[in-house]
Amino acid sequence: MSRAVHEESWVGGYRDYDLVKEFVAALVAVTLLTVGLAFVFGSPDVHQITLAQWSNASPSDFLATAATELDRTSGSATYGAPYTHDPSAAQKLGPITPQNWPGVTKPVDTVNDFVVMPLRAVPGDTQLTQALGTWDATSPGQRDSWAKGYDSALQTASGDPAKVASGSYGPVPVLLGQLLRLAQSGGLDGALLEQGRFYMTDYTKPLLFLADGTYLEDKARAEHLGGDQWGMMNETGNYPGQPWLWLYTFWYQVKPFSTSDNADALVWGLMMLLTAGFVLVPFLPGIRSLPRYLRVYRLIWRDYYRSVEGSRQLRS
Amino acid sequence: MSWTSTVRDRSVEAFPPDRLLPDQQPVYVASWIYVFGVLTIASFLVVLATGSLLAIKGPMWWHTSDLGHYVNSLHLWSVELFMAFMVVHLWAKFFMAAWRGRRAMTWITGAVCFLASIGTAFTGYLVQQNLDSQWISTQAKDGLDSVGVGAYFNVMDFGQMLMWHIALLPAAIGVVILLHVLLVRRRGVVPPLPARAGGDP
Repeated sequence: MSRAVHEESWVGGYRDYDLVKEFVAALVAVTLLTVGLAFVFGSPDVHQITLAQWSNASPSDFLATAATELDRTSGSATYGAPYTHDPSAAQKLGPITPQNWPGVTKPVDTVNDFVVMPLRAVPGDTQLTQALGTWDATSPGQRDSWAKGYDSALQTASGDPAKVASGSYGPVPVLLGQLLRLAQSGGLDGALLEQGRFYMTDYTKPLLFLADGTYLEDKARAEHLGGDQWGMMNETGNYPGQPWLWLYTFWYQVKPFSTSDNADALVWGLMMLLTAGFVLVPFLPGIRSLPRYLRVYRLIWRDYYRSVEGSRQLRS
Repeated sequence: MSWTSTVRDRSVEAFPPDRLLPDQQPVYVASWIYVFGVLTIASFLVVLATGSLLAIKGPMWWHTSDLGHYVNSLHLWSVELFMAFMVVHLWAKFFMAAWRGRRAMTWITGAVCFLASIGTAFTGYLVQQNLDSQWISTQAKDGLDSVGVGAYFNVMDFGQMLMWHIALLPAAIGVVILLHVLLVRRRGVVPPLPARAGGDP
């Protein structure tokens, strides 16, 4: 029987150990365990939210969100890199802003991408065609003034366009009303995804639009997925989710991270540091010596120590 | 000497058959905790198998078929087991100070495997095409964007995330696991603490 004598420093005894048998037994055990767990517990699948579903279920939230896209005050419009050109919007990690370093690699123009361009594709609506013509013929300053005025009035009216006070809003009420109808018919889902292409797998724009509203967040919070609900490590239903993200999620629950405008950059900076430490444990004085003091190894190798200490007692 | 013979000779020198696949281990390798390493590898294979079954009919299948949903459940639970076994294995190796005796790279490859597995599981949630995917992607983008990574690694791009989840990251994990196992075979199982040689790395 052959023997591997490469265990550095080890000059003691060896015992038979069937690695292949152990592996096959492990494979069978894991397969059976997986089959059993899947059979008993299954897996969650809470359906995706479409823009059509959102706009039908909560037209006021949809309209309020669309108004902020048109007056450039939404989360996406004011995000900064990598979506919009606003270096001041970037999160700071101490004196540096790594968010700005790559620049705008996924440009998003919320006015045109989310509102105007989808509406241009709607055929045969004279009122809409006239509204778009007015919009195009007007200066950017006047457009912003109309959009901001209507956004403010809509908020005062709790998102109900029928209760909006009369004012100078130009074609904005028509544009947003038509966008709501387009969304409710399902047309906006395709329009935001296609962006002039046939095949498409990039959902950046529809997801940004959806996340600017409160409907998605309300649904997520009902499934305990909120940021302050340890949401990044949870999944829908009563399933384990990603418990290995506990430390990353933990920082979002405590100050100063939980109250900081730069929480993401701070948490990511800290986690990158801790991750480097985790990988380099063998080289970190103090940390690499912890196992000697914790003495859990005495439990792991208890048979070995019992044997060694028993031999010493016999000799003495 | 040809490149081929050089590679062959060095491989055989580094990994003679009794070192690559030994049928004996030091007497101190006598604890259930040692099983978690092989359990991790076994569950990785189950993860690959169940993921491959899902891949055969594409990412939409499990939403529209009871059989597909069950296969998705198999994939989910095999991942949970894989991660659980690996975490226990990692903690055990920490408590053993298993980086002793020129075994630092063994620890590092294990740690990198854990990190790559987190990334793979995370991208798995992004390509589920359901509420989880929508919420996790729109939340996670903020962290990635804040450090400049989101400019290149776009969690809202389903196509990009699918490629990372089913091709790049599993391949990386497979390579790292292979390196890790070869290092374990090359250096051997770390001996108990008082019997150490060579001191801390």
